Amino acid sequence: MSHAIQAEGLVKRFGETKALDGVDLTARTGTVLGVLGPNGAGKTTAVRVLATLLRPDAGHATVGGYDVVRQSFEVRQLIGLTGQYAAVDEQLTGVENLMMIGRLLGLRGREARRRAESLLERFRLADAGGRRTSTYSGGMRRRLDLAASLVGRPTVLYLDEPTTGLDPHSRNELWDIVRDLIGDGVTVLLTTQYLEEADQLADDIAVIDHGKVIARGTPDELKVQLGGQVLDVRPADRADLPAVAKVVAAVTGAEPVTAELAVQAPVTDSAMLAAVVRGLDEQGVAVGELALRKPSLDEVFLALTGSPAEDTPGDTKNETMEGAA
Amino acid sequence: MSAVTTAAVPAPRLGFGASLRHGLTLTRRSLLKIKANPEEVIGLTIQPIMFVALFVFIFGQALAGSWQEYRDFALPGIIVQTVVFATMGTGLSLNSDIEKGIFDRFRSLPIARSAPLVGAVLGDLVRYTLSVLVITVIGVVIGFRLESLPGTVAAVALILVFAFALCWMSALVGLMARSIMGVQMFAMTLMFPLTFGSSIFVAADKMPSWLRPVIEVNPITHLTDAVRSLIAGGFPVSHIVTTLVWSAVFFAVFFPLAVWRYKRRT
Repeated sequence: MSHAIQAEGLVKRFGETKALDGVDLTARTGTVLGVLGPNGAGKTTAVRVLATLLRPDAGHATVGGYDVVRQSFEVRQLIGLTGQYAAVDEQLTGVENLMMIGRLLGLRGREARRRAESLLERFRLADAGGRRTSTYSGGMRRRLDLAASLVGRPTVLYLDEPTTGLDPHSRNELWDIVRDLIGDGVTVLLTTQYLEEADQLADDIAVIDHGKVIARGTPDELKVQLGGQVLDVRPADRADLPAVAKVVAAVTGAEPVTAELAVQAPVTDSAMLAAVVRGLDEQGVAVGELALRKPSLDEVFLALTGSPAEDTPGDTKNETMEGAA
Repeated sequence: MSAVTTAAVPAPRLGFGASLRHGLTLTRRSLLKIKANPEEVIGLTIQPIMFVALFVFIFGQALAGSWQEYRDFALPGIIVQTVVFATMGTGLSLNSDIEKGIFDRFRSLPIARSAPLVGAVLGDLVRYTLSVLVITVIGVVIGFRLESLPGTVAAVALILVFAFALCWMSALVGLMARSIMGVQMFAMTLMFPLTFGSSIFVAADKMPSWLRPVIEVNPITHLTDAVRSLIAGGFPVSHIVTTLVWSAVFFAVFFPLAVWRYKRRT
């Protein structure tokens, strides 16, 4: 099977709002599909449909070849779900949480314990296994939640904003764990609002906004899709910035962006680089740095959605809280 | 991860045995929580202990002439009240599971759909039994006499049957409410009139005449009168039958509604 997840034309309405407005998603088996979008774009709704928790109003989807509506039981045998909020029972210990899932999945007492202990070991929670999870830190809870979703050895794993609200250290830890899982051949659907996260982990990215997929491709393809490359010119003397902007504008035909110390503009033809160098030479401008680079995913996102993406994990938590209040 | 779970043949539907096993696994979860939080059961009984103290020692003399006499009248009712209030815990715990996303985890597993509900309700029955025991022991300590042991056992069984039926209403509220606060508000506005408007604290014939029909139709009056009589060694057929009929009605109405609500909860 080449596509572990295949969704076509998914529509889901909540009253007046269309959370999903014809979403197509495909994840190749054994790869990571990053679903990137701002808050309220429909990412979680898409995951809930694919995890059989929600019935779509229109469209259909298969996971591992099974229909998420008609064969939901079969789908549930394949999937693991790690939600936005760490869904562990706070009153139970780490071991008890994992053993409960193991028992539900048909493991006998001793097997369930062994499975729980090996997962705790793997996620560096072995020492905390006997403690109630209400005493865990945010990062530990996420790791336990991820462990809980792996008890049944899923072949398709949904990670719904796994690092939202985590500090950078815990986020890096979680990224390492996810990379490990990918090595095991699991197909992962990862939703995130962080471009960096999608760039780091995903093989393919679908950018989603207002319930629609507005762009898709590999991280590199998405960067190319935005008109190739970005020219970055930094004059040796700040005073030359306007002169540099003038030259760049003349060559590229685009309105350059003047950042603090550099001038940036998209270029479509690499011959423009030589033209800019000549132009600057004629003007007698000394260049400190001159580079041709791929645009960052931030720039891609801005161009696609018209609003800047969130890039500081710490901030969005507050926004979410305020939005909910 | 290995692909062992990738079943090529469609998995068989879950039989009754598997469903029961899943339900019992989640019952075990409820029991682990009681073990982790014994103060919760104690908390459940603090209010009734307060009621015992308040009514028996403060109002008892005025209401019945002597506190001992009122103790013997009110204690069976306070046991009933404790359990009726405790049924609200079912709704609260379901609501908190939904809010925390634990329900989503269960619903994404290949297990019986009924298991989380069954686990919550069976676990709560154990909780109810514990709180009945605590209040009964306190009653005995302050001099309440269990005249008939078989009668007392029957009384406890009757209370649990009624509580089992009533907890589905609580489950429905828990599945529908948007927040824990909503569940509590509903519980308080329903439970106070239901328990005080019964024969728990004052016998029906001492109520104002316009109120009497309401008291007499209240299922909690019948349950309380049945429990009182059973503990004293009687066998109040009509109260027992009425209580069982009410239990059947509650179950028949609220069990399907709760399951329906649970299935379409999104």
